[in-house]
Amino acid sequence: MPRLLAQIAAVTAINVKSMPQRAWLSASTVVAVALVVAVLLSFLAMANGFEQTLRGTGSPEVAVLLRGGAGVEINSSISRDQVRLVEEAPGIARGADGRPLVSAELYVTVDGRKRAGGSKANVTLRGMGPEGAAIRPGFRIVGGRMAQPGSAELMVGQSLVREFAGFDLGSRVRIANADWTVVGVFDMGGSVFESELWADIATVQSLFRRTNVFQSIRVRLDAPDRLPALRAYLDADPRLKLDAKSEVAYFADQASSTITLIRFLGWPLAIAMAVGALAGALNTMYSAVAARAQEIATLRCLGFGGIPSFVGTLIESLLLALLGGLLGAAVTWAAFDGVTASTLGSGFTQVVFAFRLSPVLVFQGVVLALVVGLLGGLFPAWRAAHVPIVRAYGNG
Amino acid sequence: MTAPDLIRLSGVAKRFTKAGQGITIFDHLDMGIGRGDFVAIMGPSGSGKTTLLNLLGGIDQPTGGEIWFDGARIDRLPEGRLADWRANNVGFIFQFYNLMPTLTALRNVELPLLLTPLGRAERRQRAEIALRIVGLSDRLGHYPREMSGGQQQRVAIARAIVSDPKMLLCDEPTGDLDRGTADEILRMLQLLNREMGKTIVMVTHDPEAARYAGRILHLDKGRFVENELAGARVS
Repeated sequence: MPRLLAQIAAVTAINVKSMPQRAWLSASTVVAVALVVAVLLSFLAMANGFEQTLRGTGSPEVAVLLRGGAGVEINSSISRDQVRLVEEAPGIARGADGRPLVSAELYVTVDGRKRAGGSKANVTLRGMGPEGAAIRPGFRIVGGRMAQPGSAELMVGQSLVREFAGFDLGSRVRIANADWTVVGVFDMGGSVFESELWADIATVQSLFRRTNVFQSIRVRLDAPDRLPALRAYLDADPRLKLDAKSEVAYFADQASSTITLIRFLGWPLAIAMAVGALAGALNTMYSAVAARAQEIATLRCLGFGGIPSFVGTLIESLLLALLGGLLGAAVTWAAFDGVTASTLGSGFTQVVFAFRLSPVLVFQGVVLALVVGLLGGLFPAWRAAHVPIVRAYGNG
Repeated sequence: MTAPDLIRLSGVAKRFTKAGQGITIFDHLDMGIGRGDFVAIMGPSGSGKTTLLNLLGGIDQPTGGEIWFDGARIDRLPEGRLADWRANNVGFIFQFYNLMPTLTALRNVELPLLLTPLGRAERRQRAEIALRIVGLSDRLGHYPREMSGGQQQRVAIARAIVSDPKMLLCDEPTGDLDRGTADEILRMLQLLNREMGKTIVMVTHDPEAARYAGRILHLDKGRFVENELAGARVS
């Protein structure tokens, strides 16, 4: 076995050292594989960033209540009477004033215009009372102040300010035939709430003609394990046909369909491109074997078996693919990692997120590259190991 | 009583089909080469010289007949065992040297020793000795492109003898060299034959080169037409 390893090492060294003689062909394979990996990783980084944004949103201590079967806020409808009944439910934390920490909210969509390209897109306008900010952990005003109850004032998430034009602090915005003023910008750790506009619930209900109607209730629980008690209370009262989920579970459910969609686009596209790169790798490796035919024949004359030629050729192919994979990952990291974008969330409004490349994704990209290298090297390696010596010398 | 031949061909045939036409290189070839012989094979192009050398070296197989080497039949060995046989018994010297361009002279010469159980230090030591024998002790770290044709052929000879094979097969070893350098290389082969007892079979077009051998076999259309004693050139 050590002898075989020494032979493989020698043949591999000969192959690798001769790569500069085929620099352009080798480079074309590296670039083709790099493109495949870059396309795949940009999709996966998009899905990962979107997932991190949605999974980073929500607290296990906050429960979201929607009309039974609604699934998302935009499909839900809750009456003021139901809100009052929920305020009496067990397991709900109380504020310093002794009042239950319950926020009844209205969720509507308004037009926004993206800074990049100027295209129109739906933006969430969330109507809520002062308790809405109080029950959300991590809420922080980074510019201006809170909106006043009863006023047409807006607070804007800082991701939305970055991605959409016209919502800078102090701007005046026309929504639902009324002029609104942006009085505050808030930070929520990059979560999905940063893609929203927040305003006073009564003003939103009035201007959107939805008086006494809400779409969701958020409650702060005494502790995460108090959710079953809340559910039991809701189930026991026939007037409360509401579903309760922890906020973490709610956003995880929302994330899954969009993430699946992005991944289902990314992988087939990358695999289709990988087939093209595979043709390039095959061409490169067949050419490499042809260019080295005499060297391979000489080694076999000396007594080298087929295995070192096979493994040496395969390793060369894998090396080119590895270079391509790492190059693709580096390009994706340089071009996309941290770049913000927005896409349609499950509430038919834009969610702003950042592309996030992780070591696991880079590993997946490199594995795809190595699969291309392996398949691209397999047949040429077989040829290197099995072509009759006399034919390799061109006199057979 | 004469010593048995090192290599013997008995009724060897070599035929192949090209563009639907059957071509016969040899029909029924018999020959024997004794231990320690230096044989030159001459003949016009297409006479089958190189095919014969390939058969002797186990890199091509006959379509009929038998080839025996040192008492063992080799023409039906599977490729793996034939490769082992080549590694243990045959050194090849080619017209265009066939050195690995990306390896130094020392590493080129060391290549056949990778097939032996020798350790790295011993491999290196033996490669250095082989290069010393061919007069290239000062060129260990040089790459083929940094050496003349004659020097490259001497590296190839060192590579051929480093694992101490019984037989050297030379295919036009001086075909790419000027007269003076060719004579140097041929004198070296003669020395290996006389001093180290190597059995040498050399294919050549060059009558001057053939005169360094002890025996010249003339091949034409797949048959030996003349067998003469040579050895006029003595270094």
